[in-house]
Amino acid sequence: MTATTSAADVSAPVTRAEICVVACADVWRGDGEILASPIGLIPTIGARLARATFEPDLLLSDGEAVLGAGTWPLGAAPDVVEGWVPFRTVFDIVWSGRRHVMMGPSQIDRYGNANISAIGDFHRPRRQLLGVRGAPGNTVNHPTSYWVPRHSTRNFVAAVDMVSGVGYDRAAEAGPAARFHEIRAVVSDLGVFDFNTPGHAMRLVSTHPGVSVEQVVAATGFELVVDGDVRQTRQPTPAELDLIRTVIDPGGLRNREVPL
Amino acid sequence: MADKRMTEQQVVAELRSGMTIGIGGWGSRRKPMSLVRAILRSDLRDLTVVTYGGPDVGLLLAAGKVRRLVYGFVSLDSIALEPHFQAARQAGTVEVTEYDEGMLQWGLYAAACRLPFLPTRVGIGSDVQRVNPELRTVDSPYGDERLLAVPALRLDAALIHMNRADERGNAQYLGPDPYFDELFCMAAAKAYVSCERIVPTAELTAAAPLQSLRIQRWMVHGVVEAGGGAHFTSCDPDYGRDEQFQREYVAAAADPLLWAEFRERYLDTDEAGYQAAVAGRAVAA
Repeated sequence: MTATTSAADVSAPVTRAEICVVACADVWRGDGEILASPIGLIPTIGARLARATFEPDLLLSDGEAVLGAGTWPLGAAPDVVEGWVPFRTVFDIVWSGRRHVMMGPSQIDRYGNANISAIGDFHRPRRQLLGVRGAPGNTVNHPTSYWVPRHSTRNFVAAVDMVSGVGYDRAAEAGPAARFHEIRAVVSDLGVFDFNTPGHAMRLVSTHPGVSVEQVVAATGFELVVDGDVRQTRQPTPAELDLIRTVIDPGGLRNREVPL
Repeated sequence: MADKRMTEQQVVAELRSGMTIGIGGWGSRRKPMSLVRAILRSDLRDLTVVTYGGPDVGLLLAAGKVRRLVYGFVSLDSIALEPHFQAARQAGTVEVTEYDEGMLQWGLYAAACRLPFLPTRVGIGSDVQRVNPELRTVDSPYGDERLLAVPALRLDAALIHMNRADERGNAQYLGPDPYFDELFCMAAAKAYVSCERIVPTAELTAAAPLQSLRIQRWMVHGVVEAGGGAHFTSCDPDYGRDEQFQREYVAAAADPLLWAEFRERYLDTDEAGYQAAVAGRAVAA
């Protein structure tokens, strides 16, 4: 049986992708009436799941210019429109602080500096990516989280090539102008991380079921804080699993982004 | 009463090598592509291009028209990375000013307001400051914050594409997002608007709400009627992005021989020839 045909079967075993979806959803827990901006597939499922369950006041866009009400599947449009958010308005929301974005960095370091712009020397990159986009502004205006689908020493690196999203050390250097900086969490296919340490270095909060602490440490290109209190990432509830499998992602696209 | 109707060729004849040109739209959405294609056919060079970049940037780079690019990103949206932009950056053949998306807006708005700069916390702490060492900070006169002073992005010319316009330059978008088009126009010494259809003024508000009249004639120097002028980018609701053509463009960009064929088929011709080649391809498919 393929992942796709079992995707909507609520009795099938929980997949790694579904653990990741729930871990992504949890980054928005407690955020209330703000714009949740997931970039990428699994964060998008996570944000819709968070609003459908424990965080009902979140605002969600369709990725174009519409705020949608209710819960709609991947690839579809929301049935009910509750607002208009052209890019100009999204920028206004960013600067107001009423937003929490989850971005997908190509590189991230120990203090949460993140690169989405270019790999190698900026002036003649080995690989040009998107450009910094909104990452500099996002990270100094409102909470930011990150999603890394394939955790490795290639993306969890000692130093990023182009600081697009600002990390804790850079924010401290920037002084009072960076007063709204906060990196809430990093979720990868191996575990969940935060920066709740005295020097704001990245800490391993939990490993996903079937993943060892040693495995995470080996896949990380810098010294991770492991303070002896590493939990296992939580399982989806039956209601969450049902929403993921039958409402938000019945086609099982999640299991392609993070294979079993 | 000024009749501002022009052709693409007449617009390009008013541009000069070395100019700073702003291009409206966003990524692969509502780009003034017929004006870009007219630039490709011209002998203009050494342009500084300011934009939320898409295939406009890719085509201009591939044709060697750009000396400096000022951007927050360059992307084809449904295809994340722009192949000609990647190639030019990786070969080091274009100078760049890479900003946060919001800094680009602020620079255009400063120019539109005739201010030397606008302050923001956007960009603070990031490598945007490192790779653009000309950027300065400004201390808040009211508090303790040291902010980034985004310099005005004054444009010699702006090129945008709208759904409808009248012959005097009042122009209307009918899709979901106005993007930053009127800021490009207001930041420019001269703004040129292409549109799907030029209509009598009264028709603009007969068909759509008042708020869709984003571009006003005082901002506009010339109006070009260009049906299909945004192709292959989206121009909702008149047409969506031509995803198949965009894939063809990306595939061709990966190989010099394929690109030569693409150029011969679609670009080494006038706008009517381009539109005919696109239409012919649709029939063949």
